[in-house]
Amino acid sequence: MAQAHNLAERLVRGDRSALARLITWAENADPRFAAEFVALWPRVGRAWRIGVTGPPGAGKSTLVNELARLERSRSKTVGIVAVDPTSPFTGGALLGDRIRMDDRTLDPGVYIRSMASRGSHGGLARASASACDVLDAFGFDSLVLETVGVGQAEYDVLDAADTVVVVLCPGAGDSIQAMKAGLLEVADVLVVNKSDLPGADRLLNDLNEAVHVRFLKRAWNVPVVAASAGTQAGVEQVLEAVEAHRAHVVAQGLESARRKKRVQQVHHMLAELLAEQLWGPRGWSARVERELELGRSPQELAATLLSEVMSCLKTPTEAQR
Amino acid sequence: MTANSKIRVLVGKPGLDGHDRGAKTVASALRDHGMEVIYTGLHQTPDAIAEIAAQEDVDVVGLSILSGAHMALFPRVKAELDKRGMGHVLLTGGGIIPLEDMEALHRQGYARLFGPGTPTEDIAKWIRAEVEKRRGAEGEQS
Repeated sequence: MAQAHNLAERLVRGDRSALARLITWAENADPRFAAEFVALWPRVGRAWRIGVTGPPGAGKSTLVNELARLERSRSKTVGIVAVDPTSPFTGGALLGDRIRMDDRTLDPGVYIRSMASRGSHGGLARASASACDVLDAFGFDSLVLETVGVGQAEYDVLDAADTVVVVLCPGAGDSIQAMKAGLLEVADVLVVNKSDLPGADRLLNDLNEAVHVRFLKRAWNVPVVAASAGTQAGVEQVLEAVEAHRAHVVAQGLESARRKKRVQQVHHMLAELLAEQLWGPRGWSARVERELELGRSPQELAATLLSEVMSCLKTPTEAQR
Repeated sequence: MTANSKIRVLVGKPGLDGHDRGAKTVASALRDHGMEVIYTGLHQTPDAIAEIAAQEDVDVVGLSILSGAHMALFPRVKAELDKRGMGHVLLTGGGIIPLEDMEALHRQGYARLFGPGTPTEDIAKWIRAEVEKRRGAEGEQS
């Protein structure tokens, strides 16, 4: 059994059971995680983090598997975190991403961890970034973070990954879809997967046009790559595009780019922790229900609760202003 | 353990056995009882099942088998788990397993095996009770 102490030390020595247990602690918001992680933080930052997102059934897991295969053929080690949705009704989850990564299971240079989203709505689990940090500290060269199948507005991956790959496939909408705000905008690399299916050429054209017109003023030209991960076609081009983006980010200043993402990460963590505290132990759920029963409006209640929180926050410097 | 911890279960299909209706039914039922279920897919080696259990840090490994090879495969899964320091997981399973084989496997570390017709509710309740018992004991130690 994984001993409850010295996990950080054991992880540094390459103990994979310590790695597994630390991720579990991160997932469970176990207070022991933060304590152990302090020693690991200086080791974080070496791995390149590839986020893979897109609608359900676009072929994300299959692409992740092929990317891992390719990285392994170049003697790089790969850590994978794959997120699937938690049921909002039962709290349970069926985690099936690794079925598509079957042939990576016994490769000692690959570690796959399935995660349930557990109430987060941004496409990842709250602990996904922490899991990546632990894998990074362990020493994997590349990390791949696969989101749940997303709709149009789940962006958490943007702050958790260095390069965001958005995977789409033909048959899911016309050029108007490509014009909407949302998923396309978070992409550093766009992949049209299942590109052997009818409609792929059209989608490629639409995306190329959308990217060209909308991102004209950005420093990075988002490449649109055709792939068919099931037959390994185009996977090398996807990885090439990721490498090119990496070179771009490094040239622009990696540390400041990552720090900006970390700010967002802290922002999200704090928001969730705060909400958990207020709606759990503080009993706001029951309180709000009572107030609504008395006929107060949601808008009024939200304003009251906000001013309550704010009044606790007044530090002397803020009061002086 | 904290209030946030979920029960994580690996549902595995060892060996050359193409029948996974049962495994999928049980996996879905456990999901509906609030557990996080990882399904391996068909045709797994004992080695692979143990490796997945270790990477996923599961509380429970449940094997489904209808091929008749349980006396060959189940002990090997147990041995591979032990090799990876996963001797603490709750080991269970089900399928077409004669009673005397169930007893033999029980002596080798399979807490309980379920036969055809078992209500999924019973399996879920038993798993929850066993995991909570074990976590309670673990809490007392630390």
